[in-house]
Amino acid sequence: MTDWRPTADFSALSRRAQLLAAIRALFAERGVLEVDTPLLASAPVTDPNIEAITTIAPDGDAVMYLQSSPEFAMKRLLAAGSGAIYQICKAFRRGERGRRHNPEFTMLEWYRPGLSLSELMDEVAAIVALAVGPVESNHYSYQQVFEQHCDLNPHSASLAELKACGRANLDLNFDTDDRDVWLQLLMSSVVEPLLDRESLSFVYDFPASQAALAKTRTNADGIQIASRFEAFFAGMELANGYDELRDANELVRRIRDDHARRAENGQVLPPIDRNLLKAMTTLPECVGVAMGFDRLTMLACDVGRIDEVIAFPLERA
Amino acid sequence: MANYSTNEFRNGLKVMLDGEPCSILDNEFVKPGKGQAFNRVRLRNLNSGRVWERTFKSGESLEGADVIDQNMEYLYNDGEFYHFMDPDSFEQFQADLKAVSDASNWLKEQDVCTVTLYNGAPLSVTPPNFVELEIVETDPGVKGDTAQGGTKPAYLSTGAVVKVPLFLSIGDVVKVDTRTGEYQNRVKS
Repeated sequence: MTDWRPTADFSALSRRAQLLAAIRALFAERGVLEVDTPLLASAPVTDPNIEAITTIAPDGDAVMYLQSSPEFAMKRLLAAGSGAIYQICKAFRRGERGRRHNPEFTMLEWYRPGLSLSELMDEVAAIVALAVGPVESNHYSYQQVFEQHCDLNPHSASLAELKACGRANLDLNFDTDDRDVWLQLLMSSVVEPLLDRESLSFVYDFPASQAALAKTRTNADGIQIASRFEAFFAGMELANGYDELRDANELVRRIRDDHARRAENGQVLPPIDRNLLKAMTTLPECVGVAMGFDRLTMLACDVGRIDEVIAFPLERA
Repeated sequence: MANYSTNEFRNGLKVMLDGEPCSILDNEFVKPGKGQAFNRVRLRNLNSGRVWERTFKSGESLEGADVIDQNMEYLYNDGEFYHFMDPDSFEQFQADLKAVSDASNWLKEQDVCTVTLYNGAPLSVTPPNFVELEIVETDPGVKGDTAQGGTKPAYLSTGAVVKVPLFLSIGDVVKVDTRTGEYQNRVKS
């Protein structure tokens, strides 16, 4: 039995440590403050596609949650006047295990008051360059990548057209009338593998229905879109960036939508983070991005499995 | 049978898909940071041998297939069926040619094979990795020519044809790798 041993070799673990140091140096140089927020949280995200891991409060019998992203706590720091901040921490997501997923993973998340989304994309490219060296960046709208790789307009295509495109490309075991599920399927299974593997691809202007906690706006064609981007490199999603929503009423509406979808799917309805709601009123204009640090290390080490860059994945934890 | 959710899909798990028993070959979890998770699953249809790649929404489930692999002794062929026996219970099973398929080339009486049972009936037969079989027909052996690389076809007692070195003769027993159909070595003269 060798199961007690790490799955990553020491050259990968050493590259990982170098990368952490390089990221800290870059943010120190740019005046971004490193912060540390609780992993044990009273309220998790409400996104129906993310299931938090629950535990029992250390001082009683209330349910608490291992945080799935430090977003809420970091926004409270921003609202309290922290200025630019970053964090490198563990995040936890139930059931997410695969070649590129471990339910406990390392997240690099940072917020930049006063920067634009395009400046934030440049900063993402600077971080990726720490791992893989200088790299070319390409920027495409969500609509562009769908027109190019799926031959359809993601905003105006009918549900039937989305289904037909999905079924033409994949043998599917399910059907659904949820447009976003079809768009997400096409994005992850058709578009993503066809993005240039040698350069960093930024896809921006998502459908408003996939806004999560990003602002929405009306674009030149009169379509409601979400001000967010995703970054891809070597056929892999690396980061998710937002122009952060600051409207507490809109936040409550989105949480209610999440709860409605959760109820429909028979999922648990997690409590709402009241601290976040209160903090929203003083949240400054800011952009923020979350990057999978393990994946960045996979790129730095040129390996294809997350197990090759973390010491002990779930099965050896 | 139990139901298995996508997060329980392991390589080798036997499940029912579209009414066919399948073995899972590979299960890839695909999930955008924001959005629905999917599982891209490769399965082998155990009836047809065909490989399917099917995409599931994570959390979907499939019914387990009543498929088990069992070691059994090959007894005989009655012209229509191949007969096997569970060496522990002495229970006998008959498999048709469709189930035995290419394994028929390598079945020697009393050898222990892996018989895959679906709902209690043989679905497929896997011969031992190595079998020892007698040459029943081949060109005359060239004495002393053991070093050169030349080969010739030889018919074995089961009907299989393998390429053997020139020095072998009728009556020799040879060891063959059933996965590749390749000659390994001479066992005895």
